[in-house]
Amino acid sequence: MNTIDIHYVTRVEGHGDILVAITNGKVEKCRWNIPEAPRFFEAMVVGRKWNEVHHIVSRICGICSIGHTLTSLKATEAAMAIPISEQDILLRKLALHAENMQSHLLHLGYLVLPDLLGTGSVIPLTKSYPDELKTVIRLHRLANTLSDMLCGRTTHPQRLIPGGFSRIPAMDELKIFKKRLYNSFSDLETLVDLFQEVVNTFPDFSRETEFIALTSPDEYTLYDGIIGSTDTESAPVTEYLSFTNEYIVPRSTAKWTKHVRDSCMVGALARLNINYENLSSRAREVAALFNLKPVCHNPFMNNIAQLVEVVHSVEDSIKLIGEIEASGLNPIPDYNRPVIEVKAGQGVGAVEVPRGILFHDYTYNQEGVCTAANFVIPTNQNHANIQGDLEEFVPQLVDKPKKEIELAIEMLVRAYDPCISCSTHCVEVHL
Amino acid sequence: MKPKVAFFDFAGCEGDQLQIANLEEDFLKLVDIVEVVSFREIMKEHSDDYDIAFIEGSCVRSEDEERLEQIRNNAKIVVALGACATIGGINSLRNYQNLDQVLKTVYGDKAEWISAYKARPIDAVIKVDAYVHGCPIDRDEFLHVVKSLVLGKKPEIPTYPVCVECKKNENICAFERGEFCVGPVTRAGCNSCCVNQGTICWGCRGLVDNPNQDAHTEVLEKYGLTVDEVVNKFRLYFGWQEGAE
Repeated sequence: MNTIDIHYVTRVEGHGDILVAITNGKVEKCRWNIPEAPRFFEAMVVGRKWNEVHHIVSRICGICSIGHTLTSLKATEAAMAIPISEQDILLRKLALHAENMQSHLLHLGYLVLPDLLGTGSVIPLTKSYPDELKTVIRLHRLANTLSDMLCGRTTHPQRLIPGGFSRIPAMDELKIFKKRLYNSFSDLETLVDLFQEVVNTFPDFSRETEFIALTSPDEYTLYDGIIGSTDTESAPVTEYLSFTNEYIVPRSTAKWTKHVRDSCMVGALARLNINYENLSSRAREVAALFNLKPVCHNPFMNNIAQLVEVVHSVEDSIKLIGEIEASGLNPIPDYNRPVIEVKAGQGVGAVEVPRGILFHDYTYNQEGVCTAANFVIPTNQNHANIQGDLEEFVPQLVDKPKKEIELAIEMLVRAYDPCISCSTHCVEVHL
Repeated sequence: MKPKVAFFDFAGCEGDQLQIANLEEDFLKLVDIVEVVSFREIMKEHSDDYDIAFIEGSCVRSEDEERLEQIRNNAKIVVALGACATIGGINSLRNYQNLDQVLKTVYGDKAEWISAYKARPIDAVIKVDAYVHGCPIDRDEFLHVVKSLVLGKKPEIPTYPVCVECKKNENICAFERGEFCVGPVTRAGCNSCCVNQGTICWGCRGLVDNPNQDAHTEVLEKYGLTVDEVVNKFRLYFGWQEGAE
């Protein structure tokens, strides 16, 4: 019997195991397990006040802390009918682009490229591909600088608060940044060229599935919109439970979800499959270079969809800063605290974070104390799809040497860019 | 010979390890002075032969203690990385709730499949030699700690409260603005970054050594705050330090 037991898949965020057993060319066992330590955020926010919840839930995920914070704020703002200015919406959209770029570049440059260039980590690339790596670092730094400018810092943002911002950048800072974004196009081209050279290293594998993402008629949306699907009609975010249907499986501290099929996929590929028409022009050109068009059912192409989205985020950020320039930036007071009428209510927030659609749902009492919370995390919505892919993919690999099988299935899991610390606390709480 | 370094993570958001990627070009300098032999988040290779172990995250279940003890046995120096590891961090919020209830409400009738106990910092399980505080850690402070350890020195970290840095930065005091802030009893070293960004100090670097309770009580009395408000704010990050056991 050929057993492959990958205890803790490397180069992913969090702890996931793959267990595969093959006897005489037949797959006996094939399992995706989540042994990550449980974290209980839905319980932790119960009893906390409306102006603290976003700070706490940012700590669900270091990589997508801006996304968690904004989803949390949207849920709180929905629960208490707190208005948000057009300017703040534009600035929040910019913050999401910054995080999307940062997260995708980290995944593509530090976690995926080593597979494509035949190394175990990014560290040998500092010697063998120094120029390419420096290009990745420059773009990563650019994304993080944008986060710093909008949110105070990249990880666990400080300025994002209920009703708006505690501080905003000056117009000059935004203008200078717009120039830097323009200047990044040549680095983006270098990155696209590099991936074109190695894209054939990805296994040729497709499995039909359902894709789910926020959608909006006017834009390739990350911040606003309704829930879209490649299988069904769209629905408002308040109906998220009918799309997520969480369930618990043994050997997993994370919850799994399903919609109309046994599994579904969220993330960059889902967004591209649903919102392709609204991609920026350069992003669509990059997609065409890789022959990536909707509906693509190859999970490995999620990596390429991320690359396309990096280009889109740069181009759309330029456009958003242009819009702020055109309307003029309204300054806000130092230590700004929007006036908020605290009241009882329930609200749902949904945002597209780098790994897919994220939902937060809070109930507050009259004092603005959280009494119940539910989070549905993108990676949870992908667990069943990863399992489904493994079941179809592994039988296609049985004749290959063990090392090759191991690499191929690790690459499959990595293509989803799973964020497992996020996903291990994903259920409803009623206290 | 370059010291061998390993990174490990327990219950946390991995935001502190992310700060190492966020060193950008300085990351290249870092791998010039140390040899990274294990770092699951970014590398496939793993070795148990290392001098310095950096540990992120809290210990939240008894089965993780064995892994921590192995790390302690393998490493000459153990460094706690970030608030979850140094003080229990945000994870200890749930230590004030009934654990059975927490498990049941989060995992329902499958609660028995899940193992957990009170969240605790790493030094509640094994001996820790150095601390990089914060949520997330400060990248410059991390480099300072690494350089000190590589040179065989004990890293120096501030033993005064955040208020000192906040005054230097000429911020308007949160209490003057009518807000509650834990800066007066929180360890400095972050350059009062959250107040600089227009908010308050939440306490992520933990209680300063020998906090000046009288001065803080005076501040609280001056601004008419209730014990409940204070305890509630302290519990965000100080839960374990305040004795949640």
